[in-house]
Amino acid sequence: MGLFGKKGELPALEAPKPGASGGADFFVTRLEEMVGWARKNSLWPFPFATACCGIEFMSVAAAHYDISRFGSEVVRFSPRQADLLVVAGTVTDKMAPVLRRIYDQMPEPKWVISMGVCASSGGFYRAYHVTQGIDEIVPVDVYVPGCPPTPEELIHAIIELQKKIASGEKSRDGRSAKFAAEKLS
Amino acid sequence: MTLGVATGAALSPAAERVRERLSASPVAGRSEVADLDLPTIEVAAEGWPALARFLRDDPGCRYDLFLDLCGVDNLRRPGKKTRFEAVVHLHSLSRNEHVRVRVLLADAEKPRLPSVCDVYPASNWFEREAYDLFGFDVTGHPNLHRILCHDAFVGHPLRKDYAPGQRWFYAEEDARMPEWSKNTDERAGHFETQTISIGPSHPATHGIIHLVARLDGEKIVRAETMIGYLHRCFEKMAETHHWNQIVPYTDRLNYVSAMLNGVGYVRTVEKMLGVEVPDRGRLVRTILSEFTRIMDHCVCIGANMVDIGALTNFIYLYQNRENIYDLLEACCGARLTVSYVRVGGLAVDVPDDFVPRCRALLDSIPGFLDDVEKLVTNNRIVRNRLSGTGIVTKEQAIAWGMTGPMLRASGVAYDVRRARPYDFYDKFDWDVPIAQDGDNFARYLVRLEEMRQSLKIIRQALEIFPAKGPVNSDDWRVVLPPKDAVYHDMESLIYHFKLTMEGIRVPAGERYEWIEGANGELGFYAVSDGRGGPYRLKVRPPCFPNMAAFEHIVVGGTVSDAIATLGTLNVIAGELDR
Repeated sequence: MGLFGKKGELPALEAPKPGASGGADFFVTRLEEMVGWARKNSLWPFPFATACCGIEFMSVAAAHYDISRFGSEVVRFSPRQADLLVVAGTVTDKMAPVLRRIYDQMPEPKWVISMGVCASSGGFYRAYHVTQGIDEIVPVDVYVPGCPPTPEELIHAIIELQKKIASGEKSRDGRSAKFAAEKLS
Repeated sequence: MTLGVATGAALSPAAERVRERLSASPVAGRSEVADLDLPTIEVAAEGWPALARFLRDDPGCRYDLFLDLCGVDNLRRPGKKTRFEAVVHLHSLSRNEHVRVRVLLADAEKPRLPSVCDVYPASNWFEREAYDLFGFDVTGHPNLHRILCHDAFVGHPLRKDYAPGQRWFYAEEDARMPEWSKNTDERAGHFETQTISIGPSHPATHGIIHLVARLDGEKIVRAETMIGYLHRCFEKMAETHHWNQIVPYTDRLNYVSAMLNGVGYVRTVEKMLGVEVPDRGRLVRTILSEFTRIMDHCVCIGANMVDIGALTNFIYLYQNRENIYDLLEACCGARLTVSYVRVGGLAVDVPDDFVPRCRALLDSIPGFLDDVEKLVTNNRIVRNRLSGTGIVTKEQAIAWGMTGPMLRASGVAYDVRRARPYDFYDKFDWDVPIAQDGDNFARYLVRLEEMRQSLKIIRQALEIFPAKGPVNSDDWRVVLPPKDAVYHDMESLIYHFKLTMEGIRVPAGERYEWIEGANGELGFYAVSDGRGGPYRLKVRPPCFPNMAAFEHIVVGGTVSDAIATLGTLNVIAGELDR
């Protein structure tokens, strides 16, 4: 039978016979994989937007690039409700303790995206008041180059992070994965 | 004591008049008037407060708007009278003139600068900045603490003997809280007050700003703003780079309207060099600057609405930005931080479909603005939240050194594009929107109307836009010669090499140039000692005085008013903290 019936008529669907699925009404997976699948598609980002990259993060969140296509549009401004820390912008030495405090306040499991070269390495601010990369302070899962990165690059980073979460790969400090494993066992 | 006034060569009429006024007045202290790009008064530190008062009050001077105060370290500039000097720029609204005051600070180790906070309240934060970055001992200052650098910082980074990369460890315990916030303020029989911190990481503090507020119920009774969380050392970085290498840094000052910063900066350098940019290049700058202004106001209004609970406007307004990004991307390849201007012109010519692209934008933007206007302007919730909150009177706005939409919303029609037209602004027919109320709603209205005026300017600019022609100056001591010539002609190759390796040789001297940024007067004060990069570069960030006033504006209102007010101040941390 063709996919489309006559105009104005709905195609008739055959009623499934009992046992037609060959007894495969379930599928087999590992619990970690299913949890990883659920986690990666519902990331709640905390935008630690300090500078220019924050404006590009706004672009990603706005209608045109629409981060919700990737399940991470629920932007939270409370670290206690977020599991993805997006550090968007330059972190100065004055801001560094604040960043650490926010990271510590986020519940496990948690991931960090370092958006832009300033967050990743200090960028072209090799200067007396700029932290030379946030990995001096917090562990980072995905680094995004660019000054600022285009929205596509940030989306790419989110997809990469999703792969990482799905694979169950350990975070850089091993804490998130270890915690997840303990919870599940 | 009468002034000893230098009798120099012929002065410009403006400088001559300043000298005349000064010589007729009994101001204590010796001062000299020179005629640089601006009339420049030189005064010893002891005479500065009296001179400041004179400049503000004398009917022939009336320099009422305090624009900027910055330090200069002359350690590597031989032949100067003192190691440190404070350079002040003032503006007279009634006579539409700028003046510069150079305050010479005698002691090379602990230079003393008397505070003029009581004359110009706007100088408060500028003096703190000079203390922080140069170690000026500002005598008589009410709150002399570090403002940009963190509280465990050692030394004063903009001194010439400070290594640019020297960092200091800072921990949470080192953070300074205001003295008053440590003591409770419980009056007998009264509601207990409490002190809270809003920020530095708070959804409503776009960028990173820290407000310490004492609350009585929900009312703010005292507040202090802490800034510096995004101090990225722009000025020190500028001193270690060539003139053209600084363009990308300027983009990251006010990153919401990056193009405007670049235009303001290169204009300063071009004036020092005496280079003329062809009309086509200047028109491209004008058109893109006005589009950038629209982008800036879009974010300001959109984010402000988000803060008070109206998300839709943000989505509508942000679409304008995306559309303008497309134009910028077609021109230079970047969306946000464009780095499009160069000293003497532009990095590359505009694409062939530049004019049709602009026209398409001119057609699409008004629709979004109309939508927002329909949603917001007569919306009762918005009116309740914005009308009558965050009021700044005309006198306050001037005293606090405000410029731009903040000043215009308080009833002062000062717009640099009109007061001192640059590029083609005097050839276009456009209006300076002002409002009288000085509240948050007035600032919203002014910004909305400014976007429409910008569209009007762009429309006229497109009409006179030449289809062909150079965008760059052909002075190859300043602009890179075309690649074709570099490969086939020895002389061009040499120019290319010298420009790339040594930078542009800007003649020794100093210059203050200012344009109308999205937030107000955006000034660049550059000092050159004849090498390939600046000796000192100071930005006059329009946000800085606006933000300094914030702690005064919010007192008496509720916390929710403060959030609405912060939105209309449009503080961009990159520009505020540099």
